[in-house]
Amino acid sequence: MIDAKHYNFAFLDEGSKREIRRSILKAVAIPGYQVPFGSRELPIGRGWGTGGIQITLSIIGKEDVLKVIDQGSDDSVNAVNIKKLVEECTGVELTTDSEAATIIQSRHRIPEIPMRNDQILVLQVPTPEPLRIVEPKESVTKQMHAEAEYSGMWLSLFEDLTQYGEISISSEYPVMVEGRYVMNPSPIPRYDNQKLNNSDTLYLFGAGREKKIYAIPPHTDVESMCFEDVPFKTEDFEGKRCRLCGAQGVYLDEMIDESTGEKVYECSDTGFCRGRRERGA
Amino acid sequence: MEKPVLDIQNLTVRYGKTCDYCRNGGTLVKNTCPHCKTVWACSDVNVTLYEGEILGIVGESGSGKSTLMKSLYFDFGITEGEGYLRDFENGEVNIFEQSLQKKKYMKNHIMGMVYQNPLLGLRMDYSSAGNIAEKLIAAGQRNFEGMNRRVEELLDAVEILQSRKKEPPKNFSGGMQQRVQISKALANNPAILLLDEVTTGLDLSVQAKVLELIRRIRQEFHISIMLVSHDLAVIRMLADRTIVMLDGKIIEQGLTDQILDDPQQPYTQQLVHSLL
Repeated sequence: MIDAKHYNFAFLDEGSKREIRRSILKAVAIPGYQVPFGSRELPIGRGWGTGGIQITLSIIGKEDVLKVIDQGSDDSVNAVNIKKLVEECTGVELTTDSEAATIIQSRHRIPEIPMRNDQILVLQVPTPEPLRIVEPKESVTKQMHAEAEYSGMWLSLFEDLTQYGEISISSEYPVMVEGRYVMNPSPIPRYDNQKLNNSDTLYLFGAGREKKIYAIPPHTDVESMCFEDVPFKTEDFEGKRCRLCGAQGVYLDEMIDESTGEKVYECSDTGFCRGRRERGA
Repeated sequence: MEKPVLDIQNLTVRYGKTCDYCRNGGTLVKNTCPHCKTVWACSDVNVTLYEGEILGIVGESGSGKSTLMKSLYFDFGITEGEGYLRDFENGEVNIFEQSLQKKKYMKNHIMGMVYQNPLLGLRMDYSSAGNIAEKLIAAGQRNFEGMNRRVEELLDAVEILQSRKKEPPKNFSGGMQQRVQISKALANNPAILLLDEVTTGLDLSVQAKVLELIRRIRQEFHISIMLVSHDLAVIRMLADRTIVMLDGKIIEQGLTDQILDDPQQPYTQQLVHSLL
């Protein structure tokens, strides 16, 4: 751990952490509502997960066990750097096991293993505003949320169906939270949207660059937006399995085997895949 | 007596702080107070619209025609006045005092608007189908196939080929853009259609098509229409009754033939004679 004389526990000063926790509490009280907060400078570039890091640093305690993943991987550069920063300034235990972690910070994925009520998932968000694709002005999108005016969002889905015969959004698929706020679930694949609905765990979303925090508390209704006669569809992995652990019915990464030139699949959640292989062994 | 579809009483829209002079009826220079520079865009306007009629509104630029229309469609806030819609709360409440949600309901269920400038009424980068469906979505429809069928019906009604429904209006001619706007305005079978200079800027043959379409819509849908135009030929062709506006005020109103053949006010006489 870094020198406690020069750095505060969890890097941020206590006042900053308290303010962020207050914003988190407000976000939990109004599921799906984007709460503005004073995003702090961090020793990491904006857009590299500073929103998620500020949430993690504000809620972490000495007894917590932290897991950080990036696109499902425990070993990517972003995940490793964030892990090092948090470990240096808190001294908490790190893990790659989703079940052992009390806080999981993630970008682009929700772990495969269902999360529990005593865990918190912190998601990094680049663009928190789901209506940005239909309206560029922040003042207007705020008004649209206030009036629950989501025709533009529905229209973009209608337009997709008209032009392509299907909804072409692959990640950041908009969701309706508790029938009130349209929310961007962060750039998770559509496959992970279903994990947000009526979950046991608390999801916290942090956007450092955009200075917004929002949340989905446990057992909240989260519905992916879709028309009555066009049901929401996730990615289809029918008949495919992980080449390393043999898992089926999980989110898989597609890659080309360089030696054979064939398409192969591996679990996107590397911790889950490693766990399966270790248990199998 | 037949209850009007729309009844507007003492509608005033002004921009500025006002002063004793203009509040007490002092003479304005072109609807602007010479002392405090307050613009009286509409002053004490009273309008009634009956079922199935076309009400023409004529006047020069800046006379308050478009302000009146946009105020009725809640695009602008009004300063004073009352309005009653027969199809909203049985015409017993002032529509201008309602919440945003209720105003939205009226816009999406009871009224349709076609703007002079298609950029105000259409999203130029979305398909024509999407533009029409936007009105259905705003009214709460969430059935894709149902909306698609309605879009096709409306495109047929305004004679736009189905093969062009995926194209954005920016690819269309001015007349086609106006027809897409009209079909969008008709999407939820409104009781009132507000048409603001729909033929301005169109060449004569396209104008004729749009005017014929408006006439047909009135017959087929039995809809009440308020039609703003500065073209008296358009008014003569379509309107049953006509209102003449000048400097934000109604100066003359009556049956269209009466107004155009026997104008009483000097301004109306000038307007009619300038056509001849």
